Amino acid sequence: MPDQTASPQLSRRGLLGASTAVAAGPLMAAAPVVAPATPPVDPRRPVDVALTVNGQQHHLAIDVRTTLLDAVRTHIGLTGSKKGCDHGQCGACTMLVDGKATLSCLSLAAMVRGPVTTIEGIAGTDGTLHPMQQAFIDQDAFQCGYCTPGQIVSAVACVQGGHAASDAAIREYMSGNLCRCAAYPHIVAAINQAKDGMGRA
Amino acid sequence: MRPFNLDHAATLPAALAAARPVAGARVPPTAAPAQFIAGGTQMLDLMKLDTMQPATLVDINALSAAHGRIEAKSDGLHLGALVRMSEAEAHPDILRDYPVIAQTLQMAASPQIRNMASLGGNVLQRTRCCYFRDPGWAQCNKREPGSGCAALDGVNRKHAVLGVSDQCIAAYSGDFAQALVALGAEVQTAGPNGVRTIAFEKLHTASDNPHTETVLAPGELITGFRVPSGPWTRRSAYVKIRDRESYAYGLATAAVALDIQGGVVREARIGLGAVSYRPWRSHEAEAALRGKPLTEDTANATARAAFAGAKPRQDNAYLIDLGRRTLARALLQASRLEA
Ligand SMILES: Cc1cc2nc3c(=O)[nH]c(=O)nc-3n(C[C@H](O)[C@H](O)[C@H](O)COP(=O)(O)OP(=O)(O)OC[C@H]3O[C@@H](n4cnc5c(N)ncnc54)[C@H](O)[C@@H]3O)c2cc1C
Ligand code: SF4
Ligand code: FES
Ligand code: FES
Repeated sequence: MPDQTASPQLSRRGLLGASTAVAAGPLMAAAPVVAPATPPVDPRRPVDVALTVNGQQHHLAIDVRTTLLDAVRTHIGLTGSKKGCDHGQCGACTMLVDGKATLSCLSLAAMVRGPVTTIEGIAGTDGTLHPMQQAFIDQDAFQCGYCTPGQIVSAVACVQGGHAASDAAIREYMSGNLCRCAAYPHIVAAINQAKDGMGRA
Repeated sequence: MRPFNLDHAATLPAALAAARPVAGARVPPTAAPAQFIAGGTQMLDLMKLDTMQPATLVDINALSAAHGRIEAKSDGLHLGALVRMSEAEAHPDILRDYPVIAQTLQMAASPQIRNMASLGGNVLQRTRCCYFRDPGWAQCNKREPGSGCAALDGVNRKHAVLGVSDQCIAAYSGDFAQALVALGAEVQTAGPNGVRTIAFEKLHTASDNPHTETVLAPGELITGFRVPSGPWTRRSAYVKIRDRESYAYGLATAAVALDIQGGVVREARIGLGAVSYRPWRSHEAEAALRGKPLTEDTANATARAAFAGAKPRQDNAYLIDLGRRTLARALLQASRLEA
């Protein structure tokens, strides 16, 4: 981001400017094309963003360009989720949004609607490790650990979504999480171990 | 990333109003100041690279209530533009009656991206040509009209051989579009001039004017797709050949659907991707197979017809042979399915 001080505003133009009626029907002949009625707003003003992360509500006033990943790491202070590529290619930033594995680096915080679960929200509230976390430890499913938060979040979604029936199915579902240390065989073993504890295949 | 205004459109008219083009401006939709954003998996990627610089993003996700449904009807399959890839790939009607559609989605991107990405955004995905994605390269007719094409004599191992010109040889790398083009789908849109239906085959424009990628007008929104039913949709398959087994764009892909009666191909539908500039329906190949039994020999002859007009550059001549084999394999694979 070249201009970190700039922070745009959320305009409500979309909600108000509902004047063009586009009903199902034939092509409207030469409807006049006009400029938007509302004046352009200054895109550098902060926007209000409400996020529910691991069950806790957060109200932030942030630059509209802030991704969910940056909002969670630098504004909320949960640094478990990692930034690998920032372009949707590695899976290190995976979070659950509405229970679905999602790339937080390609999500704008201001567009997130559902509840968010990060790696910090996977363990029990008393600190008991989730069966998947325990399985990663038992099976030695990491070396440097940088990809691990994203791997564990994806692995939980893999089992919960019923994608862990076979090693091949696990590998395919986990394909969006790269591991430069190549812990892949151990990750598959960890998911196989945890799926019994999680009560689903 | 440059600053922008974010509009949350609650309804279709609100989305169209927010993205309404400026009077008199003559720009292709991809260069319009206001851009729609659905899953954001491509828009944010290209904004971070500074390849796209919208002044306004119009968030259309609230439209999924009206334009996010999958419905199998007697006239075919209706898909809302805001259906997520992961919803369509697992839908029982699609798996049973349109397997080629499910397969193009299952083999695309990663589970996380498919949870996020919409079908409307998917068909509008832009090329992965590295000279296009990186604005550090001065020459790219798609990004800067008239600047030239760095790929013509650059690294072009993954560039297209079909539908190319000396203006642009970029490959269309999406998967789902190959199924739509093969099955003769329609695109439904709403825009500043009303609603219309476009043949999917006509949605993407030719490589002689690479800056313009589709026939859409600025501010025109895809609301959905209709895939007509037909005796070929069940016996359909997608083959995607890539550098690694999963989570990679195709090098050569083929989507095929067959109507076989009494051992003879009555109708073949053939879509090719990754080897072509745009989603590519090979009418030549379809004609070569019509009325014949499907054997290894006729499959190979069909594949030769599909690539008769191929134009390779220095690093991608291998795609002609790979593309032929991919198509032949897809035809033989589909022919073994139950109708
Ligand atoms: C790492 C990676 C790997 C990938 N691999 C594959 C792959 O193997 N195969 C494959 O097919 N794809 C692949 N993709 C591409 C991915 O499928 C697309 O990015 C995605 O489908 C786009 O959908 P979206 O909803 O996120 O679009 P957005 O990013 O929201 O939008 C994309 C474009 O479409 C426009 N748009 C969106 N919706 C509409 C609408 N309803 N009407 C008009 N305009 C609209 C936007 O303005 C924008 O220009 C990959 C992407 C990434 C990041
Ligand atoms: S192939 Fe097309 S997209 Fe790539 S550099 Fe040439 S003009 Fe640009
Ligand atoms: S940091 Fe999000 S996918 Fe790499
Ligand atoms: S453990 Fe090092 S990248 Fe996966």
